Amino acid sequence: MYSAKIKVTLRKSILDPQGKAVEHSFLSLGYDKIKDTRIGKFIELKIDAADENEARKMTDEVCSKLLANPVMEDYDFEITGLNGAK
Amino acid sequence: MKKGKFGVIVFPGSNCDHDAYNTLKHVLNQDTEYIWHKDSSAGNRNVLIVPGGFSYGDYLRCGAIARFSSIMKEVVRFASCGGIVIGICNGFQILCEAGLLPGALLRNENLKFVCRNVTLKVENKKSIFTSSFNGEINKDRIVLPVAHGDGNYICDGNTLQELESNSRVLFRYEDNPNGSLNNIAGIVNETGNVLGMMPHPERYSDDLVGGHDGRYIFESVINYLN
Repeated sequence: MYSAKIKVTLRKSILDPQGKAVEHSFLSLGYDKIKDTRIGKFIELKIDAADENEARKMTDEVCSKLLANPVMEDYDFEITGLNGAK
Repeated sequence: MKKGKFGVIVFPGSNCDHDAYNTLKHVLNQDTEYIWHKDSSAGNRNVLIVPGGFSYGDYLRCGAIARFSSIMKEVVRFASCGGIVIGICNGFQILCEAGLLPGALLRNENLKFVCRNVTLKVENKKSIFTSSFNGEINKDRIVLPVAHGDGNYICDGNTLQELESNSRVLFRYEDNPNGSLNNIAGIVNETGNVLGMMPHPERYSDDLVGGHDGRYIFESVINYLN
């Protein structure tokens, strides 16, 4: 069994008004040294794969087909083995 | 008026399917049926409507999950054979996710859900969706309601140039409610048979609800089918 931890983030060229709104809140809290706030998504999967390569391949496929929209998002992930899987 | 055969697709969470059905069947007197998202065939329909609403609760991204419903394989096939498809609001989002239209719809720039009437410029009156704006009524500007939180249209530079230079932007906001690129409110695909628009023509086709500018879009399609 493998665990995939996936980050889906807005492409750098995309404006992030949510990030900006949150950054304004930092100011209200007294933090004026924080910039370039961008908000993304974190997704976790458990994959019943034969080996790490298969888990990696599956994760990459579902990221590109569903979890991230390439027009506006990038993705990144890490795979770890669970319960002794390598 | 002679009849088209309209199919209004229903996903879990669609809520403008009823307005589309009512406008087409009862206001415009067309042969109209609902099509459940799990169906794999559109039967004998010659126009498919992908309606507004919150399919699958807008989970993950608006339209991201609906795009994989069984019916969407049929919509893609239907469109590739030249069938007429109209995606309204969530429908526009689903068509972009499905790759039937380029670009994507982001969260509104001001982060607010905007629910009001907007004035649109009809940019191209030669399409099958806008021909009725010629002739007697000769309208360049129409009023339609919008109701969306994710209507901010984006695409890359090449796509934008493609859309603009080939007159594929059919409707443009005069007072942009969501920050969309070049004030784009509605576009068609390369072959001109698939329309995606954020405003709701099906909600403004009868003076009983305040105005009827929306009906000309459906009438254009009906005229084309004849």
